[in-house]
Order: sequence, then C-alpha cells, then structure tokens
Amino acid sequence: MTALKPGLRLKSGVCSAEVMIVKGAGQTSITCGGVPMLGLDESADGAAAVAAEMNGCLVGKRYVNEDQSLEVLCIKPGEGSLAAAGAPLAVKQAKKLPSSD
Amino acid sequence: MNTAMLLQMAAEAGVGRFALTSAGRHYAAAELLAAAGGAAERIRASGCRFVSLLDVSSAATPVALFGAAMAGVPYAPLNYRLPAEQIRALIARLDSLYLIADADNCAAHRGDPGIGEALTSAQFLEEALAHQDPEPVWPDDPGVAVQLFTSGTTGPPKAAILRHEHLMSYILGSVEFMSAAEDEATLVSVPPYHIAGISALLSSIYAVRRIVQLADFSAPAWLDLVEREAVTSAFVVPTMLARIVEELEAGSGSWDVRTLRAIAYGGGHMPVSVIEQALNLFPGVDFTNAYGLTETSSTITLLGPQDHRRAVASGDPETRRRLGSVGQALPSVEIEVRDAAGEALAPGQRGEIFVRGPQVSGEYRERSAVDSDGWFPTRDTGHLDADGYLHLAGRADDVIVRGGENISPAEIEDVLLTHPAVVDAAAVAMASEQWGEAVGVAVVLKSGASATADALRDLVRGRLRSSRVPEAVRFVDELPYNETGKLLRRSIKGWFA
Repeated sequence: MTALKPGLRLKSGVCSAEVMIVKGAGQTSITCGGVPMLGLDESADGAAAVAAEMNGCLVGKRYVNEDQSLEVLCIKPGEGSLAAAGAPLAVKQAKKLPSSD
Repeated sequence: MNTAMLLQMAAEAGVGRFALTSAGRHYAAAELLAAAGGAAERIRASGCRFVSLLDVSSAATPVALFGAAMAGVPYAPLNYRLPAEQIRALIARLDSLYLIADADNCAAHRGDPGIGEALTSAQFLEEALAHQDPEPVWPDDPGVAVQLFTSGTTGPPKAAILRHEHLMSYILGSVEFMSAAEDEATLVSVPPYHIAGISALLSSIYAVRRIVQLADFSAPAWLDLVEREAVTSAFVVPTMLARIVEELEAGSGSWDVRTLRAIAYGGGHMPVSVIEQALNLFPGVDFTNAYGLTETSSTITLLGPQDHRRAVASGDPETRRRLGSVGQALPSVEIEVRDAAGEALAPGQRGEIFVRGPQVSGEYRERSAVDSDGWFPTRDTGHLDADGYLHLAGRADDVIVRGGENISPAEIEDVLLTHPAVVDAAAVAMASEQWGEAVGVAVVLKSGASATADALRDLVRGRLRSSRVPEAVRFVDELPYNETGKLLRRSIKGWFA
C-alpha cells in the first residue's frame, strides 16, 4: 500500500518504468507487471512479474483508474502494465490542442 | 509535482534533438538538465529563498527556471526595463535573493537590501555548465514554482504565485509529450518575466520542440531569425504581430518565411484589422488566439486555426464575429460570466469572467482571490456566445458606464481601426455632467493621412449605437504601451481629465 500524494514518484520492481502521481489521495496499491511499485530509494525484493501484466507502459502517457480518481504520468517507459487496487489503468485520452505558446 | 520532471523526460526521450538555440548556439535537453542540476546545487548552497533573473532571455533562462525548481526555491524573474528604484523595491520583497542579472544590473543591485548572492547571467551559465549534474535530484513537491510581479497598471505590483501543481496541470492538460515533429522550432520573443515566456519554455520542452530565443524584439530581427533558423511556429503579443505585418507590407526587405506553419498570439487585445491582414499575408499559417492571465498559468481559452478560417470565410455575422473572440475554454477549464451580484449570466449577456480549473492559482503572496468553490474573478469582462466562444470586452475597471449603459472600449476601437487613416485608437471613460461618464478617444493617424473628428464620429455612429459616439476626439502621435504591449489606459484617461 502506498500513501498517494501528487508529485510522488514510484518505480517498477520488474522493469524500467517510473510513474509520477498526478492525482490521487488515500492508500492504494499501485502495481507494475503485477508487482507493487516502489519508492525511488527502495530496492526490489525480487518478486516475479505476472506474465499477463507485461504489456508495457509508454512515457508521457497519463494512466487513470475507472472513476478517474487516480491519475499517474508515466515518466520512464517499461514492459510492465500499470494497475491500481487490482484493476488495470487505462491511457487517458486527451483532445489534441493547437500549441498556444 | 515538480516542473523539473518535464525537462528530465525531454532529456531522456529527446536524444538526437536540440532543445534550445540561443545566440547561435544549440543545447540538447540533456545538457540543460545537467546544467540546471549544477545551478540547483549552487542555489541550495547559497541558502537563498528566491531566484531572480533580471535580464533578457538567454540560455541562462531555462537553466535558472529549472535550477530553481530542482532547488525547491521559487523563481521570480524581474522586469529589466523597470527603473532602478522600482527594481530595488521588488528585490526587498524577495529576501534573500539569488540574483542573476546582466552586467549593468548586477553591478547596480548587488548591494541592495535582500540580495543573498548576485552574479551575471554569463557567470551563472558558465558555472552551471562547469558543475553539470547529469542525474539531478529534486523534491517531489516544493510548492511555489514561480512568483511573478503583475505589471501593476492599476496599482503597485502584486506578487502572483504559481505552484508546481498549477504549471504541471496546465502542461499535462494541454501539451502531448514529445508531440513535436523533428524539424519543429518555435521562436520565443516574449520577455522571460512574462507568464507567456515561462509557459513557452515549459510547453516546448515537454513537446520536445526546439526553442529559438530572440532577446530583443524588432520585426526585422524576428523575420531574420525565422529564415535563419527555419522556424516553424511562434508566439507573439498583438503589438509584435502588428509590427511584423507593417514591416512585410512596407516591402523594404525580403524574407523567406515559408517554414512558418503556426503563429499563436495573446497577451492583449488583437484588433480584428491586424489579424485579417496577417491571415492574408500568411495564407498557409495556422493562427491560434490564446487568452489567459498570469494567475491562470497562461492559456485558458483558445481560438484555433479552423475557427480562424471558418470565421473569415463565413457570411454569417455570428460566425464572423468569432475572429474577434478568444475562443473556447480548454477541456480542463470552466468559464462563467457573472453579473455584479455574482449570478451566472446566460450566453450573450456581458459581465465579469470567472474561471476554475487545476491550472488556476488565483493566489497572491498576500492573499488568495479564489472563492471557496475554486472560482477566480479575472476582473476581465465579456460574454460567451451560444457555442461557448468567449468575447472579451476589456478590464472591468476600463468599462465606460455612460448613463447606466456599459460600453466596452474594444468595440469602439475596432470600428475606428477600420478607417483607412487610423493606425491606432483607444477609447476611455471621461467625466460627463450629463451622463456620469462619456466616451473619449485618442487616435493615431497614419503619417501623411488625415481624418476629421466628425468623420470618425460618423463612422462610429454608422456602425454602433449613438451612445458609443465619442464626446471628445484627440489626435496624438502615439499611444502609451508598456514593454509587453499592454495599453496604459490610465495615462490616456489623464488626457481627458
């Protein structure tokens, strides 16, 4: 379980992925490749990835849970898929805007 | 959140691209990241509580902005065009300050009360590059990212605060990571102490679009740089676009600007006549109008390229009028127009513009202007049309109230500017015994052209209601603007007192 706070960065225990919490509060378990993600200064305990949860995450994409109460930004790409409280996170679709600055 | 994240992502993904071209030198994002890491180390060691840049833009600008973010210290750029005593008064409000300035300002202000450390931009950049930290660390959420002194056209400067969460919400909500094509280059000519100068850096870094800096704007220098650096996009304030249009129409030089694909503009009222000329001169270019305030982390509404083309081509007056609007709210931003009692108004009705969203700070050093539901009163007035296009009518303080009728200066100015002899015009309130307030206009004529006050009155009478016809018409050589093109209406009001 992780205490969520915008700005908090987490790293994958099974691949190179890193995420930053954009929106979220309370305690949730965020996993990558089926294994709980770690604080940047923690080290992986060697837990094996769940093969079905190794579909990758893309840098720069925002991922949300179903009710969009949780949003994370993938800041480093990896092979693991992201999930929270056991449910997969989906890419948040954004409207493409013209550059205004 | 920490805006330093944006630069780190660009540094890792943008290998093989340049992030910045400044004074002819190119910098990769990884180089800026490492330099910002070096700068952060020096800022932390100084123990200072603020970082200010008091200079034109250069490679030191992004290094100072991101270095301050990594050090967890607010970045508070200062306007180098202010008189020395005003700069001194602002420095005293930034105790203790890590000052990065041009050589003259550095010498003039290094002994000011509030200064913790002072160095020139060249020294700062040299030291940052010499102490590069390729893997910098930073606090997850240091709070305040930027403190900007608003231009203070209506009083002493207010210190507006933008937190990392506001700027990050704006960037993540409006820019797709690494969305720029490899050949894209954007020309940044707004000064570094302007919110548009800061958002331009953050947006283009995150889009991994090369930033080309122009330290001192002039239309020929801008056009030169577009050609030399094969610039594909730019942001300009209305006065800059007006000068570029004038320069091209004068036909004194010849520039190859075919690389240019997009121009965004904002930061003040754009006369419809100028944007129409620009659309004609740059037929292949996408124009985007952006409206925003310092307190809203830059852009909150957009009038996109399709809107521009549709408005110009349309015979329907409502659609055509959209060319004078600032477009629709960003997806994450809500806009409401309210009357004096605070009630939301229906489309078409004019009132004060309120805004809400995760990028809206509305916070000053002294107090927050945001209400308990998160709404920020912009002090701008206007109305929404049936499709949510926002039409601005000017600052709440600038509205002319004639016999109980609210008159927007912009509607009168736009009509005056359609006269072939008129190059600039400003309408302000003047005292009137009969009406409380009446309309006074200051008009600048093209050199060699002439127009009478009565001819201008007839023009206004023919297009608008009779209440809009100016009581007084004054012909002047030029109108007073501040350096980012904001019209100084207070000074003009003084002419009619």
